[in-house]
Amino acid sequence: MGKGMGIMETKKKKMKNYDNAGYFFVAPFVIVFLIFSVYPVVRTLYFSFTDAKIAGVGEAGWIWFENYKRVLTDKFFWRALGNTVRIWGVNIVLQLGLAFLLMMVFSDVKYKMKGLGIFRVIYYLPNLIAATSVAFLFKTLLDWRYGTFNQIIYSICQLFGKTYQPIDWLGTAAHAGVTIAVVQTWVWFGNSFIMLMAGVQGISKDYFEAAAIDGAGRWTVFAKITLPLLRPILLYVAITSLIGGLQMFDLPYLMAEKASASYDSVQTVVMYLYKFGFETGTTQTGYASAIAYILFLIILAVSVVQFKLFNRKEG
Amino acid sequence: MNTIGYKIKKSILYLILILLGLTCLLPFLLMMVNATRSGSEIVTSFTLIPSTYLSENWHTVSEYFNLLKGMLNSLIVALPATFLTAYFSAMTAYGLAMYKFKGNKLIFGTILVFMMIPGQLGLIGFYNLCTKLHLVNSYIPLIIPAIAAPGTVFFLRQYVLSVLPPSLIEAARIDGAGELYSFHRIVIPVMSPGIATMAIMAFIGSWNNYLLPMIILNKNEKFTLPVMMATLRASTDINSNQGAIYLAVAISVIPILLVFAFFSKYIISSISAGAVKE
Repeated sequence: MGKGMGIMETKKKKMKNYDNAGYFFVAPFVIVFLIFSVYPVVRTLYFSFTDAKIAGVGEAGWIWFENYKRVLTDKFFWRALGNTVRIWGVNIVLQLGLAFLLMMVFSDVKYKMKGLGIFRVIYYLPNLIAATSVAFLFKTLLDWRYGTFNQIIYSICQLFGKTYQPIDWLGTAAHAGVTIAVVQTWVWFGNSFIMLMAGVQGISKDYFEAAAIDGAGRWTVFAKITLPLLRPILLYVAITSLIGGLQMFDLPYLMAEKASASYDSVQTVVMYLYKFGFETGTTQTGYASAIAYILFLIILAVSVVQFKLFNRKEG
Repeated sequence: MNTIGYKIKKSILYLILILLGLTCLLPFLLMMVNATRSGSEIVTSFTLIPSTYLSENWHTVSEYFNLLKGMLNSLIVALPATFLTAYFSAMTAYGLAMYKFKGNKLIFGTILVFMMIPGQLGLIGFYNLCTKLHLVNSYIPLIIPAIAAPGTVFFLRQYVLSVLPPSLIEAARIDGAGELYSFHRIVIPVMSPGIATMAIMAFIGSWNNYLLPMIILNKNEKFTLPVMMATLRASTDINSNQGAIYLAVAISVIPILLVFAFFSKYIISSISAGAVKE
């Protein structure tokens, strides 16, 4: 008996030791995470309360919320936020709309479309290409004088005996935002489509069969089964897209010429942040840090609202 | 069911799907064709028939920048970063999933919070840290932080919980295997499909990363491929360079196309998994 107890005890002791090994497994992550993720975020917060011009150069004075006040009254910041939301808005409608239509086509019980595997791969392809490559590819294709896109439209118009005045897709304020949103859609719709498709495939076939037996029409099935059950995934896609969208930088930064008339209409928040954070001559570290935190608070607020909205409808 | 109307409608749907597919592929196709044409050919008309100026364009590109060097730099950054993300994320995920220790929940909670935090939030602090540590123009700030990838840890934690029966580890313990030994010999092989998926995504992410390398690197010979490509922004003589620009873009795209050709299944399954898991 006594011996048995002893084994139990040592076993218990050993289990404890095993659990302590967990520290060893997470230690590298925690150390690097603290240095390269947590510290920078805290450091940026500190800067946002100072009048630091260039980080590490000269004395930074503590100025409390002055930077935040300045951001909130900076009309160029609001303009940049407006641009970001506008480009994202056009993009998300097109992107989710297209992904949704594709999802409906491929999940249609009547048509039973084939080739999902290959179409999925092709639609996703643009998402893999580096934003710099996408930006220059489209910048060159969309060039208003020499670009291939205008040439194609020109010859199509000629075919129908119409004249075509080449559109400056990226150079005019009226078109640049929408053009970038469409390119953004080209990059992202495949990604959304795959997510929605995964969601719809996760819905039990029983629902659809039961609905078919009850003689429910396609639209009833869609409204009563597909849409409600897809809500969590729609939420996920929308939130991730919004978080990504508010951080939009690469495409507008690389596609819009600084000198062109359209630049002010496509300058995003992160481009504005970059201007103060890193561009020589305009560096104001404290101010840029405050912009970063305000952007973060906006993202946080929108995520919370969106989350609440979706959860309420579910009930 | 198989009425003519049904067939026509179905064909129209296929036609639309194919047209959409062409929309995805056409820019790449035009890029490849234009990469072989001269600037003056490109500005006068469009075609899908390749021309003969590939070597001239290559010449122009090489005069402007050394793309192969950029590619090599990108590899020097992306390969170790990918390895670190894969190995340490698996390690962290396993540690969080299988051991009950103080702070476990705190770490996991922090990971969830940081998954929601935009990358730009810490950018200024990150750059400041790098200047203080004299890491500007070094690849270290682009490689070492890959050890801590919250999103990957989150995914792999769910994954290890679903694929690794704890009894397997207990059996190894009874046989006297050390914890790290078990991790290398049992856990990693069992987790390898999940790790592979995450590694591919990490590689593509690192390879395509633009903002961070642009901030950290400011010497031409250190530029990774996307940063090098972005210097095209400064080039003004678009007219004579168009063919060369297309060629440069084409060269920058080819490695990723190759990765995708081999691993598209993994990539697509990882996106699907991300959607269903939430």
